[in-house]
Amino acid sequence: MASELPAVLTTLLDAALIIASAVTLLAAYRVIQGPTVPDRVVALDTIGTNVVAIAVLFALTTDTGLFVTVGLVLAIIGFISTITVARFVTEGDIIQ
Amino acid sequence: MTPLDMLQAVVVGVLVVTGTFFLLVGTIGLLRLPNVYNRLHATSKATTLGAASLFLAGFAYFGPRGAGLTSLVGIVFLFLTAPTGAHMISRSAQKIGVPFVEGVSWPASEDIDEKGEID
Repeated sequence: MASELPAVLTTLLDAALIIASAVTLLAAYRVIQGPTVPDRVVALDTIGTNVVAIAVLFALTTDTGLFVTVGLVLAIIGFISTITVARFVTEGDIIQ
Repeated sequence: MTPLDMLQAVVVGVLVVTGTFFLLVGTIGLLRLPNVYNRLHATSKATTLGAASLFLAGFAYFGPRGAGLTSLVGIVFLFLTAPTGAHMISRSAQKIGVPFVEGVSWPASEDIDEKGEID
C-alpha cells in the first residue's frame, strides 16, 4: 500500500474519474439512439466496462481495496447480461 | 518518500493515463463509427484494454496481496469474457439481419480455399 500519494497523482486520478464518468454518460447516447437492438447491447456492454473502470479508479482514489472486488463482480454481471441478451435476440428465449 | 514509492506512483500514473485514453478512444468509436460491427470493433478492443490497464494500475498500487491479486483475476476475466461477449453480439446481429456497410459482403464459400483463407 502506498503511504502517501503525491499531489500530482491525486489530481491525475480525479481527472481520470471525471473523464471516465463523462465517457459513460456519452455512451448513453448510443443506448437511446440505437438504431438497432445490437447497437444498444454494445453500448450497454461499454457502459458496464466503463463502470468497472470507475470502480477501480475509485478504489485508487480512496485507497479502499474492496472496490476492486466490486469492479470484478460488475464485470461478471455485465458479461452474463450481454450473453443473455444476445441469446434472447436470436433464439427468442434464454433457457429451453 | 522513498525512491520506491516514487517509482510506484509513476507506474500507477502512467497506467491510469493509458487506461483513460483507451476508454476515451473506445467510446468515441462507439459514437462515431457507422455500423454495429464497426462499433463492436472499437469498443470490445479499446475498452477492454483500458479497463485492463486500470486493473494493472490497481495491482501496482495495492501490491501482490489482497486487492492487488483481485486486480490480476479481473484482468484474466476481462480478457476471457470481452471477446466472447463481442462475438455473441456480432453473431446475433448478423442473424437478425443487420446490414453490413456498403461494399462489404459475407465471404462466399467458393472464395475460401482449402486452408480456410479468404482470397
